Amino acid sequence: MREITYAEAIREALSEEMRSDDSIVFIGEDIGIYGGAFGVSKGMLAEFGPERVRDTPISETAIVGCGVGAAMAGLRPVVEIMFSDFLAVAMDQVVNQAAKARFQFGGQFTVPLVIRAPSGSGTGAAEQHSQSLEAWFVHTPGIKVVTPSTPADAKGLLKTAIRDANPVLFLEQKLLYRVKGEVPEGDYSIPFGQAAVRREGKDVAVVSYGRMVGRCLEAAALVAAEGIETEVIDLRTLAPLDRDSIVRAAKKCGRVLVVHEACQTGGVGGEIVATIVDSEAFFYLDAPVRRCCGQDTPIPYNRNLEDSVVPQTAGIAEALRGLCGRKS
Amino acid sequence: MTITREKLGELYLKMAQTRRFEETAARLFTEGKVHGTAHFCIGEEATGVGVCSALAKEDLIAQTHRGHNQAIGKGMSLDLMMAEFLGKEAGYCHGRGGCMHIADSSSGSLGANGIVGGGIPIAVGAAFALRYRKVDAVTVCFFGDGATNEGAFHEALNLASVWKLPILFVCVNNYYAMSTHIGSHMNIEDISIRAKAYGIRGEAMDGNDVAAIYEATLEAKEYVKREGPMLLVLNTYRIMGHSKSDPQNYRSKEEVEGWKKRDPILLFRKQLAEAHGFSPAELDALDEAASADVARAVEFAEASPEPRVEDALRDVYAV
Repeated sequence: MREITYAEAIREALSEEMRSDDSIVFIGEDIGIYGGAFGVSKGMLAEFGPERVRDTPISETAIVGCGVGAAMAGLRPVVEIMFSDFLAVAMDQVVNQAAKARFQFGGQFTVPLVIRAPSGSGTGAAEQHSQSLEAWFVHTPGIKVVTPSTPADAKGLLKTAIRDANPVLFLEQKLLYRVKGEVPEGDYSIPFGQAAVRREGKDVAVVSYGRMVGRCLEAAALVAAEGIETEVIDLRTLAPLDRDSIVRAAKKCGRVLVVHEACQTGGVGGEIVATIVDSEAFFYLDAPVRRCCGQDTPIPYNRNLEDSVVPQTAGIAEALRGLCGRKS
Repeated sequence: MTITREKLGELYLKMAQTRRFEETAARLFTEGKVHGTAHFCIGEEATGVGVCSALAKEDLIAQTHRGHNQAIGKGMSLDLMMAEFLGKEAGYCHGRGGCMHIADSSSGSLGANGIVGGGIPIAVGAAFALRYRKVDAVTVCFFGDGATNEGAFHEALNLASVWKLPILFVCVNNYYAMSTHIGSHMNIEDISIRAKAYGIRGEAMDGNDVAAIYEATLEAKEYVKREGPMLLVLNTYRIMGHSKSDPQNYRSKEEVEGWKKRDPILLFRKQLAEAHGFSPAELDALDEAASADVARAVEFAEASPEPRVEDALRDVYAV
């Protein structure tokens, strides 16, 4: 199969959908001639024109709000927020407007809005351009939250997001934009709420999502050489959350490590752990469920400091060994 | 421009309905029949009624939390509004939103917003959608003087201007952002000059003259379709408190009494009698009709069932 990058896969999904559905418009800062801050929309202005690929002022509240209103009035807008950190500028429109419009008006409106936003650290972009804020939105009923970990998933999940009748926050993983992977040509979609088993194993399960999935796979390969067989679960979407896959993996392996880049306290990892201990999987556990997550700190600028506060492959491997009672 | 006699009667009736609706709602509060809150526009009826009566069904409105006049002006049902106020399943939002979130997609209401200024960017998006879909209609966005200090107002007006959208921004200036007088919350006297910052037309006018507001809106509709956004400021006064818990310790009785003399319904009644030949009997009949409509709405709402607890999670997501 041909290989394309994560960024190209996103562009392909959006472009294919725009070709087949005139009601899709694409709105954001510097998405036109500039091609988007990460080059995702390169060439799209030329293909779709300025009426459908709409550059905006630097006005995140207006961008998201415009998306909400356009969605309520019959379009299927895709808005780009240049960095997910900037969602904080537009929080009212995301949390009080997009997420509530259907419920509070008694189901009179649908809000088929996609908010695309690059997420995560690792680029030396420092405190205000490196956060992983997914937990805020998982904690906001009315919004769906998607965290694709591969180019193929990015394409298939974005198609599902665009076709969904609800607001969807599509958190793109900054460090994956240039990563290549096999991506099917043409139309396909991946349903929300279905985790993927990225590696089969029986000794310990790792539950993760987004860019950390790749590091979990690297760690699993490291400990495989030492005789530990790791199952790697990629959640793919956090809302809806595939609780069945989490419980199944916990029952199968009896040991579970939860990995995410976002800071640990109040993070999605806590909900994953609770999902296990609230279920019959609790009785299958051979060890406490562990978390290997970002530290409770803003993301620092210096490379060494930055690396030190988010999970790295070696640290994940060490946590796997610890769970299995091995010493490195 | 001459307003037809029929339209004049409609404007009066809608204002009377709004007044009666809110007086009745206030009574229901004191009778302990209401769980929740409402924000009354008594004294401001001419704004929403005048503007919305000039709109077509396909024109959209984004309402404020103080928008019973906007809803009634746009032709929403008193029965379904009262049922929503009482939190009943038959209400516009099936008891999920209450008066602060009243909406009616079938009459072109994008809903009332509980966040000051929150509806302004949404209205801009709706205006864009109408133009994109080549619908010959305008979007009208209501907000108060307080909302013009929110960032959302400034971002939205700028974006609408840059995109030259067919949208009329209507600022209902009642001189108070909850308890804070406009003199303490902005350093200008005429809010309409804020339009200049975004390169759009801004006008201010008497917000208690319903016929003039109706005519101004007809003209503004054509303007925004042709030229892009406009800010229309309607200067009026909120005779009641902000909400049911308002101690009203921030303004004088004299000030309130002074504005009561400029009650938009009394002013219009006088205007209809003196300039348009409406007899006292005709006007009384309209008042009685309004009272009867609201009484029926209360009957309808009280007889409506409560939402089922089993349905509490309905519509969190569209399926």
